Amino acid sequence: MTTDVQRKSPFKANIVARMGWLLLACYVVYALNALDFTWTRFIDGLGNGADFLSEMIPPNFERWKLLVENLIETIEIAVIASVFGVGLSLPIGMCAARNLMPEWVTWPARTVIAVCRSFHPVIFAILFVKAVGFGPLAGILTLIFLSIGFIGKLFAEAIEEISLKPVEAMKAAGAPFLSVLIFAVLPQVFNRFIGFATYQFDANLRNSTMVGIVGAGGIGGTLFAAFQRFDYDFLAAILISIVALIMLSEIISVKIKAIFND
Amino acid sequence: MTDTMTWERFTPGQRLARFAVYLGAVSLFVFSLSTVEIIPEFLYDAPYQLQDLFTRMWPVDFASYTQENIHDALIETLNIASLGTILALFLAVPVALLSANNITKSPVLNWCGKFILVSSRTVNSLVWAILFVAIFGPGALAGTFAIGFRSIGFCGKLLAEALEEVDHGPIEALRAAGAPTVSVLLKGYWPQVAPAFWGLALFRWDINVRESSVIGLVGAGGIGVALDTALNLFRWQQVALILLCIFTIVIIAEIVVTKIRQNII
Repeated sequence: MTTDVQRKSPFKANIVARMGWLLLACYVVYALNALDFTWTRFIDGLGNGADFLSEMIPPNFERWKLLVENLIETIEIAVIASVFGVGLSLPIGMCAARNLMPEWVTWPARTVIAVCRSFHPVIFAILFVKAVGFGPLAGILTLIFLSIGFIGKLFAEAIEEISLKPVEAMKAAGAPFLSVLIFAVLPQVFNRFIGFATYQFDANLRNSTMVGIVGAGGIGGTLFAAFQRFDYDFLAAILISIVALIMLSEIISVKIKAIFND
Repeated sequence: MTDTMTWERFTPGQRLARFAVYLGAVSLFVFSLSTVEIIPEFLYDAPYQLQDLFTRMWPVDFASYTQENIHDALIETLNIASLGTILALFLAVPVALLSANNITKSPVLNWCGKFILVSSRTVNSLVWAILFVAIFGPGALAGTFAIGFRSIGFCGKLLAEALEEVDHGPIEALRAAGAPTVSVLLKGYWPQVAPAFWGLALFRWDINVRESSVIGLVGAGGIGVALDTALNLFRWQQVALILLCIFTIVIIAEIVVTKIRQNII
């Protein structure tokens, strides 16, 4: 690895670093050969790319009704999945926090989180399409799993970082467990939780454009269909509207975070 | 009524804003639930279908690992992930230099750099894969470019942040000694951002291993192609094997990255 040498004096010629770069170059040559890349293919590709771009311009918004319908379905998938995902990851994340719960509670919760994180969302989407059929339900279930994996982990870490003094004070005053959670733990992590939730909504919106490619509802299906029918000007219109939608949601989530941060 | 002052945690404006957010979220949720096209019967049926799926997947078809060249597909996946990461780092360095506001002083150029980074992250890796399959045709070349372009946003953003946080002492010293810009970059900035750079390269490589295992579903090479074939032929035992392989490779990548990070960075 080249990494260990970077901390030493950069002004001396460093044999190990040079060897590292050389190894990297060797690997690149090997990988280029293994993947059968050739310069001519790349050049041909550039020509195809130019054709492709010229067919995409101008974007074709004629079928805007279909586009809007699909975008709304995408938003619906993201909203429902975020609500259920964030709602479920609250108790799971809390159970996974090692400073609040005994070990026999934390490890099942951690296993659930690890399972949710283990596969790429598309693979979950494939399995759910088999389980519940084509349509938005499969997408919603996929994104719920994804949200539990992501927020559950971050939320557990956030809880593990809290100050335990309020918790001890409330326990000393004889508060029941639920009150300790609501009045001593939650206020300390609420802001970060809102941050995670808005981030996850953004992530779900992005991913819900993708799960449609395997048939789990949303605009991804239309996108893939347009691609397969060489309908590139409509493809461009879809891409533009996806990017616009995601940028809009990022702006809104920055606003929401600002509201909760004071 | 007495005019004693009472302390309140939030001003009325803040409370109103929060209430508006809650109201908006709830109404969006209710609207979504009421209009989304879900057939509840499918949901009730799901446990049975999942059980059916798993019985079809069992026993795992280990024989096809050699027969169907799953091994080669796995190696191809790893190569796509690594080459894609290298490509992304190459492309991300100039964009990061462009968008770091202490190196490029022009706000317009900063904004251009940021725009490139954001648009790279907004488009999903599968969508990038679709685009590059249309350009280069199906195969690993499209996959590598998809992984590379998708990663520019992530690498460039983190690298630009690292560049903006560097200590200015060495840079001023180099400038005062009359070093040209390239030397300032190589000897002033690079040593300070190198740990962050290798750290994010490793982190992104780990993510890219996951992503490159699925971009084959749209024809961009790697083990996803084998997965797609097995799915289309309803060879569920083979699907189980491929999923197992992907799982193993992802876990191995994560362990490797954690080890390297513990020992070196």
